[in-house]
Amino acid sequence: MDMQVKKKKLGLKEKYAHMTRGLDWQPSYQTKEAVFPYATYEGIKVHDWDKWEDPFRLTMDAYWKYQAEKERKLYAVLDAFAQNNGHLGLTDARYLNAVKLFLTGISPLEYMAHRGFATAGRNFPGVGPRVACLMQAVDEIRHSQTQIHAISNYNKYYNGFHDFKHMLERVWYLSVPKSFFDDAFSAGPFEWMVAIGFSFEYVLTNLLFVPFMSGAAYNGDMATVTFGFSAQSDEARHMTLGLECIKFMLEQDPDNVPIVQKWIDKWAWRGVRVLSLVSMMMDYMLPKRVMSWKEAWEIYFEQNGGALFNDLARYGIKMPECLSRASIDKEHASHQTWSILYQYGGAAAFHTFMPSDEEMDWLSAKYPNTFDKYYRERFTYWREQEQKGNRFYNNTLPMLCQVCQVPMAVTEPDNMLQISYRESDYKGEKYHTCSDGCKQIFDDEPEKYIQAWLPVHQIYMGNCFPEGTDPTVEGFDPLAKVLEWYHLVPGKDNMDYNGSEDQKNFNAWRGLATKND
Amino acid sequence: MAVKAISKYEFAPADSVDKFHGAQLLYVCWDDHLMFCSPLAYCLPPNTPFRDLCEKILPKSYGYHPDWAQVDMSKATWLKSGQPFAVDMDKTLGELGLKHKDVLRFKTPGLNGLNGSGF
Repeated sequence: MDMQVKKKKLGLKEKYAHMTRGLDWQPSYQTKEAVFPYATYEGIKVHDWDKWEDPFRLTMDAYWKYQAEKERKLYAVLDAFAQNNGHLGLTDARYLNAVKLFLTGISPLEYMAHRGFATAGRNFPGVGPRVACLMQAVDEIRHSQTQIHAISNYNKYYNGFHDFKHMLERVWYLSVPKSFFDDAFSAGPFEWMVAIGFSFEYVLTNLLFVPFMSGAAYNGDMATVTFGFSAQSDEARHMTLGLECIKFMLEQDPDNVPIVQKWIDKWAWRGVRVLSLVSMMMDYMLPKRVMSWKEAWEIYFEQNGGALFNDLARYGIKMPECLSRASIDKEHASHQTWSILYQYGGAAAFHTFMPSDEEMDWLSAKYPNTFDKYYRERFTYWREQEQKGNRFYNNTLPMLCQVCQVPMAVTEPDNMLQISYRESDYKGEKYHTCSDGCKQIFDDEPEKYIQAWLPVHQIYMGNCFPEGTDPTVEGFDPLAKVLEWYHLVPGKDNMDYNGSEDQKNFNAWRGLATKND
Repeated sequence: MAVKAISKYEFAPADSVDKFHGAQLLYVCWDDHLMFCSPLAYCLPPNTPFRDLCEKILPKSYGYHPDWAQVDMSKATWLKSGQPFAVDMDKTLGELGLKHKDVLRFKTPGLNGLNGSGF
């Protein structure tokens, strides 16, 4: 008699092997070099791709199942938030300016991260990283979509949420995060992994996500918090992928060590400069603060990052030198960056404002070495002027750093009253950078950075006006035309929060919800 | 060092002077006045008299600052790329040897920001 033998189910390890390495094949009518043309030019030597270990061993079928479950939960919360006028539960509508910054400056980068990981996955000859990059590419587009969905609810009620994609490619301060990702995306697959997989997702991610997500929780923004939870388990996977990739490169060949070190140095500094936007968000834009930028830097970078670099020391990797500079700047970054956005707030896609006395006391307590010494007097003066109807708007375009593209507001580490200037000459042209870190990056690859799309220069070239604009007509107002090209409505989307439509509407609607006539 | 690339990697600079319709970029910073967060960028024809820069252009940018009313530009001291720079009010930017993307800084003796704070 024939016995029916029940087929044994595959174990996780076996299943992972089948669903990753088992899917690979050897090209027959093309050479491997022709199929993977970007695998070697960066100088990274790989001897055995099978040494790649994916610590998660996640297969595509399991991945879809987990993600679908998370999506269901997220959209249920988003619906409830929208139906119950969740926006009226915010601490204050000032908070929404942080969300605007997130939507215009970060969500489109999630999409860029999607493209970058898809490209890296395509270009790695090893199947392990290819599958891991594929999943991260899908994660990133999911993050981009869910953020846009979560935040779009605010677009029904408040200004500045209407055209984030258009703005990313045009608005001056958004060139800071945009150029960061463009720089990484135009590098090879290995540098991309160090730039985004390691430096951004591993070393700096907590400095980006914790402030925004905790900021959302502290300020009653349940939509954004729920998105944050939905992304959290993905982020853990991304961090592991970034670290695995670095270790893999370092273990494959000792010649890889100096290349990887150079990339870590570069991307740590690029990251620090981009995060100056987050620093001002934490210290100035949240009505209810989570922690100061300085505290976040100390916990998430100096302590956690310090432990990470101790771990990497056995491969010969050192902590990037530029970061000692960043530990001086932690006392100043948020105040200096907020000063930039405050004075150029006429051309920003969100509202700016000066802190109240109570908020200044908080800043003094958090920054005992610097706030009262340098910044309190400045901000008090600006606030007094605003109250007298003389709100300060800088009416002349700023000089920008050729690499990080932030206005040149960084001061010398030993003299906080002196702007730091660094200059390079390349093929008869002058290039200006804001710091030793940015100058080193420029000098290492000048050919790349001479192509930078610097918003200020582009405006002066006449490239930032709506089609058909004639800048030679009598009484031409360049700022008005630039704002039109940005799709910003003057007086609605920009300028001070005090007196804004957002402020007026929020107070009126919340009044209806909480008070009698 | 050269960019590592799979083929020849050569590009024209995005900001060369020929793209500015006959004008050139000039960066100017009023030292000790950080109310203006960074140096300012101007796009000016090289035949702009230095006097116009000082008497017509800078006042529009810096006039908001209470110190500006007391500024005597004939007493200002100038640096170009950090080195002392001799100016002449009657010469043009071009005659003074100012090139595209040069950076000038000036100090106004006795005027160092609100209450001498550098702001």
